[in-house]
Amino acid sequence: MGEVAIRANGLGKQYRIGECQKYKALRDILTDTMFSPFRMIREMVTPSERVDSRADSIWALKDLSFEINQGEVVGVIGRNGAGKSTLLKILSRITEPTQGYVDVCGRVGSLLEVGTGFHPELTGRENIYLNGSIIGMRKGEIDRKFDEIVAFAEIEQFLDTPVKFYSTGMYMRLAFSVAAHLEPEILLVDEVLAVGDTAFQKKCLGRMGEVAKEGRTVLFVSHNLPILRSLCPTSLLLQKGHLVRASTTEECVAHYLDESRNAKLLASVDLQRPIYGSPWIKSVTLTSKGSPTSTLQMGDDLSIGVHFASVSPIRHPRLGLVISTREGERVLCASNRFQYSLTYSEPVHEGFIHCDLGMVPLMANRYVISLYFGDRFDDSHVAENAIEFDVNEHDCWGQGQLPPARASHLWWPTKFSFQ
Amino acid sequence: MNTEAGSLSLPPGTSAIASWSRIQPSRGWAAFNFKELWQYRELAYFLAWRDVKVRYKQTLIGVSWVLLQPLAMMSAFWLIFGRITPVPSENVPYPLYVLVALIPWQFFSRVISESTNSLITDQRLITRVFFPRLVVPIATALTALVDFGLAMCLVAFLMIWFGFVPGVALGLLPVAILFMMAASLGVGAWLSALNVEYRDVMHAIPFLVQFWFVVTPVLYATSLLPDSWRWVFSLNPMTIVVELFRWSLLSTAPTDFCISAISASVAIVALFSGLIWFRRRERSFVDSLGGGV
Repeated sequence: MGEVAIRANGLGKQYRIGECQKYKALRDILTDTMFSPFRMIREMVTPSERVDSRADSIWALKDLSFEINQGEVVGVIGRNGAGKSTLLKILSRITEPTQGYVDVCGRVGSLLEVGTGFHPELTGRENIYLNGSIIGMRKGEIDRKFDEIVAFAEIEQFLDTPVKFYSTGMYMRLAFSVAAHLEPEILLVDEVLAVGDTAFQKKCLGRMGEVAKEGRTVLFVSHNLPILRSLCPTSLLLQKGHLVRASTTEECVAHYLDESRNAKLLASVDLQRPIYGSPWIKSVTLTSKGSPTSTLQMGDDLSIGVHFASVSPIRHPRLGLVISTREGERVLCASNRFQYSLTYSEPVHEGFIHCDLGMVPLMANRYVISLYFGDRFDDSHVAENAIEFDVNEHDCWGQGQLPPARASHLWWPTKFSFQ
Repeated sequence: MNTEAGSLSLPPGTSAIASWSRIQPSRGWAAFNFKELWQYRELAYFLAWRDVKVRYKQTLIGVSWVLLQPLAMMSAFWLIFGRITPVPSENVPYPLYVLVALIPWQFFSRVISESTNSLITDQRLITRVFFPRLVVPIATALTALVDFGLAMCLVAFLMIWFGFVPGVALGLLPVAILFMMAASLGVGAWLSALNVEYRDVMHAIPFLVQFWFVVTPVLYATSLLPDSWRWVFSLNPMTIVVELFRWSLLSTAPTDFCISAISASVAIVALFSGLIWFRRRERSFVDSLGGGV
């Protein structure tokens, strides 16, 4: 131990906003060429040497320098858009940095790519080979680990069935099993991409612990602070693309919570448009008792208003929301994806979704709302911890006393009767 | 679980001690990395194998399509240019004369149209996993090569049917195939890299393929061309491919050395410029394709 596994030096990644929402059409090129012919030619010839200082570009990461030793399990903490996922993408070489460099020792694998390249028409056996080679295994290696992969996924009987007939659980088990057998020197895990299935998440986490014991290096991105605390002794704290702290997870978490505590609570937050993806959320507003606010009293009602926009008009916007504590414990969720399927009668470019939660039985605490927004098929804008609100103590039963805050996050308006 | 700390799972060429690699912005006209591409040859093979396996699933006649397409086209051309308005075919039965050129042409048109879309259809892969992006169009070419091999059986059958015996020039067939691959992959690499950024390419392809077919001597001999038009055909990398195929299989040597030489150079230039341009653009593919921050 003590040997360095990852060494980043002045790492930076710049994106041009809007670059990716719409692909360029020849028409734009022609107009661009007409107005600034030399810039166009220069850009076509030397795209990555250009460091853009124009207003429509943002630095997703800037001047990151850090070292991670072999065998360390390191958490990556930060709010949305702090650059966590961009960092993982650079480390896995999916995208190139704009500035600086990072040296990595050995093979980098990630649990962000679970199931990538699975083909529904192919059988389980065929997909193991296909997926294995996609994530960087050699055929010989897959041959050797084949039985292990199958046993881990528990799909022996269905090995020669096309995966389109698999249940979601089987599919995920198989996909995860292949990824888990890559055995890279450096493992990257992004929790955002593994949401949904608790059993699957547990398997991911269990696997991470194992990997760490084998002396490999793990980088773990998560909003779930308790899990980070239990898994990662040290962490990197990112803030708006900058590395603000690289120390013990306790310190980073404390700093992170301080940062969000000191941040003034707003009743309405404008969200940054994701670099990729449409439709997206423009702003979120909290309303209680008819007026915008981010401070509630126990027993108050709560409405969440989401203003969205879309490049191509949509009829079926789908919004999911999760209210959790700042520590990352999820308290409740709601979604019109599963509940009922409202549609606009005409496709819209912009719209407003009003979510009336009614009276929310939350105990006094600070809560954060994460939003999952998209169309009928996919979430195109995931805004973790998009907005925060406080619930203050209030004697909503008029009894002169309140249940202890540690009892639970929710108090349930229950009808008691004696019989 | 494997306990030997990853040493077993490293790709060959790296020692048991994990090696360092540097991730940094690539500057200038990055050297073409053959070594890296070679390390990922198995991926190209698996992607091609996937496409071959999947393509004719849920079809009634399956792989027969590979033979049916050139056969149907050949019959149509034979009817028009063999019977209705006969076109001279250098003393070779016209169906055979057309088929020998039609099969490499179909390879070419398939590779350029499918590799153009390949980066888009495989974008989930590209935005999530690292590998040399060139593997994707190469896999497309490999898939097309399987069809090509099957279709060549048709040529063999037709040659037996007409009692046509190839001469010593048959030794040129590998060269012909190499030029076919070079021209297809070169043009394919150019178009697929362009298509990631400018989707106009996708819309232009069907038209481009049709136009290209007309200026490729598939239905007629190069010797029939009017002098003033020869330069157009010499700039077409497919001219040399068709000529080489006819030469090797039908013993009809090209008559105009100039056209053949220029066309051959164009094919080679297309290959290398295509690969370099592709390499050059691949670093921004992910940023253009999107896929979550």
